[in-house]
Amino acid sequence: MKPESIKEQSMKYKETLSKAADEKYCLRLYVAGSTPKSLRAITNIKRICETHLKGRYTLEVIDIYQQPSLAKGEQIIAAPTLIKKLPVPLRKFIGDMTNVDRILIGLDLRPA
Amino acid sequence: MKSLLPRGPRRAYVKADREESTMKTENGQAKSKAKKLRPLDKISSGISGLDEITGGGLPKGRPTLVCGNAGCGKTLLAMEFLVRGAVEHNEPGVFMSFEENEEELTRNVASLGFDLDALSAQKKIVLDYVRIERSEIEETGEYDLEGLFVRLNHAIDSIKAKRVVLDTLEGLFASLPNEAILRSELRRLFRWLKDKGVSVIITAERGEGLLTRHGLEEYVADCVILLDHRVNEQLSTRRLRVVKYRGSVHGTNEYPFLISKDGFSVLPVTSMGLDHPASSERISSGVERLDTMLGGKGYYRGSSILVSGTAGTGKTSIAAAFVDAACRRGERALYFLFEESQNQIVRNMNSIGVNLEPWVKKELLQFHASRPSLYGLEMHLLTIYDAVKKFKPRVVVMDPVTNLITVGTEIEVRSMLTRLIDFFKTEQVTAMFPSLTTGESSTSEIAISSLMDVWILLRNIESGGERNRGLYILKARGMEHSNQIREVLLSNHGIGLVDVYAGPTTVLTGSARIEQVGLEKAEADRRKAQMDRRQREIERERGVTDAQIAVLKAGLEAKIDELNQEITEETLLDQVNAKSRFNMAANRQADVEPKSQKPRGD
Repeated sequence: MKPESIKEQSMKYKETLSKAADEKYCLRLYVAGSTPKSLRAITNIKRICETHLKGRYTLEVIDIYQQPSLAKGEQIIAAPTLIKKLPVPLRKFIGDMTNVDRILIGLDLRPA
Repeated sequence: MKSLLPRGPRRAYVKADREESTMKTENGQAKSKAKKLRPLDKISSGISGLDEITGGGLPKGRPTLVCGNAGCGKTLLAMEFLVRGAVEHNEPGVFMSFEENEEELTRNVASLGFDLDALSAQKKIVLDYVRIERSEIEETGEYDLEGLFVRLNHAIDSIKAKRVVLDTLEGLFASLPNEAILRSELRRLFRWLKDKGVSVIITAERGEGLLTRHGLEEYVADCVILLDHRVNEQLSTRRLRVVKYRGSVHGTNEYPFLISKDGFSVLPVTSMGLDHPASSERISSGVERLDTMLGGKGYYRGSSILVSGTAGTGKTSIAAAFVDAACRRGERALYFLFEESQNQIVRNMNSIGVNLEPWVKKELLQFHASRPSLYGLEMHLLTIYDAVKKFKPRVVVMDPVTNLITVGTEIEVRSMLTRLIDFFKTEQVTAMFPSLTTGESSTSEIAISSLMDVWILLRNIESGGERNRGLYILKARGMEHSNQIREVLLSNHGIGLVDVYAGPTTVLTGSARIEQVGLEKAEADRRKAQMDRRQREIERERGVTDAQIAVLKAGLEAKIDELNQEITEETLLDQVNAKSRFNMAANRQADVEPKSQKPRGD
């Protein structure tokens, strides 16, 4: 193996890493009213984002009671539902976000 | 973070819930005012026949479960319930589909003439496709199905829906792994729908040993309708059964149903009552002599006539004559053919002097020729219904009705005919059913004779090396009729009925009858000749006698003459004698007798 190619490859790797680290996360959390479940979900997802995605995420919390038409457009059936709009692919998480491991895997922040 | 959970005013959904609850109490008051015995409210399902079976429709404001195997018409039933409700009863509806998306649904039912796009635009129907990708979803803790509730609530409120369909709710079981949550949420959903006061149809797949695969009947227990699709001897029949209907009586049988271009239709096996009108009008059978056999006037209008007989006994000819007579009266006739084609029958009937062609041209006569095996019995029934409804005939012939037996079992055919006859009677259509029998038995093949008002039996009479057609009237309800057998003569002048020769030991028909008639004529001639001869003899005798009488008379007269002569002579002699005595006395100076005393002879 040529030393050049090794260098190139490591460069690419670093690039990808930095890219991934720079990637913006666009998240939306749909909740149904201020039930304990909703509040739990909000607290949990906020903590996760602050820990793992600090500075490169946007989180929108939407109450489907307020905007019921969104529920149809986004194909929401369960509450709470977290939708990862970006980066692709689209992912949905349902539940009160207590299972941090699953969320991290789903958000591609930790290898499965 | 852009927005937080909004606080402050109560949420719309909760508000709606509240309004709902106040409405409910109003309802409750209304109920208590109307007092106790108020039966279950029902709404028309919009599906023809289903309302008859359920005694008015599906339960109002309650969920109904429609279950069945794949492809048996669940979605269609639900869709028709919704569309008919929206169009005919002004009850908007929400269709929540878990299987097909809006576009597919719209296209699927377009073939039935339902324009979902237009209905959506008119805010009469909302389609909501719930798509759940199992692979996209990650469970991360506790959740509920509030999202679904909100969507449904929003959809219902947006058009003030009265009807809701959840098409294969069980799709959720495949998408959401936590069954415990799902079950409790479904229970909540049905409770909520009831409170909301909407009439719901929930469809579900049939499960093994259960009505539904996931036991939905546990939650939806107000009304359960089971659909079934069976293939029997290569012919499929769809059937519907109301398994359960809480708070209402309902037909418990399995009812065949059809999905045709006009949608879903259930055919009640028997109509609920026997209350069709009975006309006293009589119509001609088209055969003069047959009319005289039936009390001189023919059949009653609206009666059912069975013409049974073995092959080639002239059933179709009798039917054709009947149709011909109807057309002559200017009535419309419908002829269902299960064996021959239209052209064939027109040609064949021409040969017996019944010309049907002009009636077809004048649109008084319509033929419907189809092989019985073309489709199932129900489809036949529906085609017949349709044709009768459209053409509005006064006379219908189904030739031969027995061919239908190839399509179903005897029981099915019988029940179909029962329905058909009921239908004809209600429409006041006079119906004729030529029925092919095998063998010489007089029992009709499908035991339908008890349904018939008139039963004409045609049979072959075999004797003297030939076959002849005989006709009896086995029964004719409500009219006097001849009990005699008649011989049917088919010629190019039409159908003729003649008396058979009924001798002391046998009945003679055909050439034997002609021969017998000939013999009788010869005998009569001979006797007549004999009589003539004897008459002549007497005449002659009378002549002779007269002559003899003349001779005797002459002799007598001669004798009388002689006698008279003698008397005259005698008188003269007396006078002479008296004179001479007087003279003599005068001579002898005798005294004179008094003048008064007449002289006497001695």
